[in-house]
Amino acid sequence: MTANNEPTIHVEHDEAGTNVDHGDHDNAYSGLLVNDANWAFGTDFEDPLAGVDTTVPDGVDAKDLGAYCLMLGDDALVFSQRISEWCSNAPDLEEDIALANIALDLLGQARLLLARAAAADPELVPELPEGSPVPDEDRLAFFRNDLGFRNVRLAEVPNGDFAEAVAKILIYSTWRLSIFERLTDSRDTVLAAIAAKGVKEMSYHRDFAGRWVVTLARGTEESKSRLVTALNGLWPLWSELFETHPVETAVAEAGIGVDPATVADEASVILDQVFAAAGIDRPERGGLAGVGVHGGKGRDGLHTEALSKLLAEMQVVAREHPEGQW
Amino acid sequence: MTAMLETYPTDTRTADITDAEAIDRAWAAAERVTDPEMPMLTLLDLGVLRDVTIENGHVVTTITPTYSGCPAMATMRDDLQRELLEAGFPDAEVRVSLTPAWTSDWITERGRQALKDAGISPPGSAPVRTGPVALTLMPTRRAVTCVLCGSDNVRLSSEFGATACKAMYQCNDCLEPFDHVKEI
Repeated sequence: MTANNEPTIHVEHDEAGTNVDHGDHDNAYSGLLVNDANWAFGTDFEDPLAGVDTTVPDGVDAKDLGAYCLMLGDDALVFSQRISEWCSNAPDLEEDIALANIALDLLGQARLLLARAAAADPELVPELPEGSPVPDEDRLAFFRNDLGFRNVRLAEVPNGDFAEAVAKILIYSTWRLSIFERLTDSRDTVLAAIAAKGVKEMSYHRDFAGRWVVTLARGTEESKSRLVTALNGLWPLWSELFETHPVETAVAEAGIGVDPATVADEASVILDQVFAAAGIDRPERGGLAGVGVHGGKGRDGLHTEALSKLLAEMQVVAREHPEGQW
Repeated sequence: MTAMLETYPTDTRTADITDAEAIDRAWAAAERVTDPEMPMLTLLDLGVLRDVTIENGHVVTTITPTYSGCPAMATMRDDLQRELLEAGFPDAEVRVSLTPAWTSDWITERGRQALKDAGISPPGSAPVRTGPVALTLMPTRRAVTCVLCGSDNVRLSSEFGATACKAMYQCNDCLEPFDHVKEI
């Protein structure tokens, strides 16, 4: 305490360089955390790319790289959020834990991809009031509207029953694994590293979902009927996964991204293997149309209503307290 | 004597030691840090602690995440910084390395024994791939034995367990449920 009995204030800097005031009071929790001031709604994790060289490779348009990482990051974030809704609702504990693990892997991938997007093109990151402690990846996750999200629409489909969950995870991870396997050769070493990690994780996701699809298809009439209903309901979003957005064309030409059209055959063959083992037919449904005269879809920022509701729930607390700290 | 460590001149423990001595001391400190979720393993035995070096007079440690979403990364970083602080290196930097991706093959022999001693089944060899990842619709084949009775008559209850890196098994003979660290 100073002579005039004013409490002493010392100013510290947290990792974001923000000034942090601490009153001179006893805090039962002081010393437990290395970082005293954390944005209340993000993770307590540091920049997931801390210490990673994020230089954009020669001959690569940083804006294209940023936009592409945003697409991939939004896929992972939105699908992770969807799957995490299963937490405590799965048919049994093992499946509950499995779904939570899958959601966690995807969230980890989303963090890296969004952080990569922000590092490549800082203009993508929403502006917040001066001194806001919100890191870039969380600004991208919590402070963009539906039109800013670039995920494929499959990722946002509202959850149905357990058959729908495994069918959706099978479709997503079959598509995504084919893309990530090629992405490991990206000239962007950060993207290549994220993909290499993701391949290992999503191999488990695809196998998990594939086994359940076979189990349900070969189970009872009821389980088979639910599975077939789920696949029919999801199938209109299959073709969108392999449509090429101009950004994807540009990054594929630059050797840093993958044109999804090039993995369509491989993904189809793998899915057919699962359907064959399951003894069910590939659904026959046309693709879900886009929006407006240009037929915009997920990669264009045009989504189903379900995404808005998902974002409302995911973002509401963060948006209410953009400077909240603990 | 080589260049003095500039880290923390007022700390008598590191004020006048050589870089080589500093690295030895920093390694010794970093090696004491254990995994927050599997505390029977040090980060070194888990293969997460990749390097300890001195750069421009500062200790730099490098760690690599086991899984993309591993929630223990921040705790690992904090634990490393705390241990290095106590060893006289107050401004140690912790870097994350994404390449090469972590593999369970990096768990040391000592680490595998520590897992066994704690009732966790250690991983076998990680799959080596050439070409596309094969679809596996049958349960993963592993040579897993019960950590309690040693029986190989075990069954997989789930490929996903209490932490991102583990699967769940149960012994059909003694009925012991146990964790198995997955091969990735």
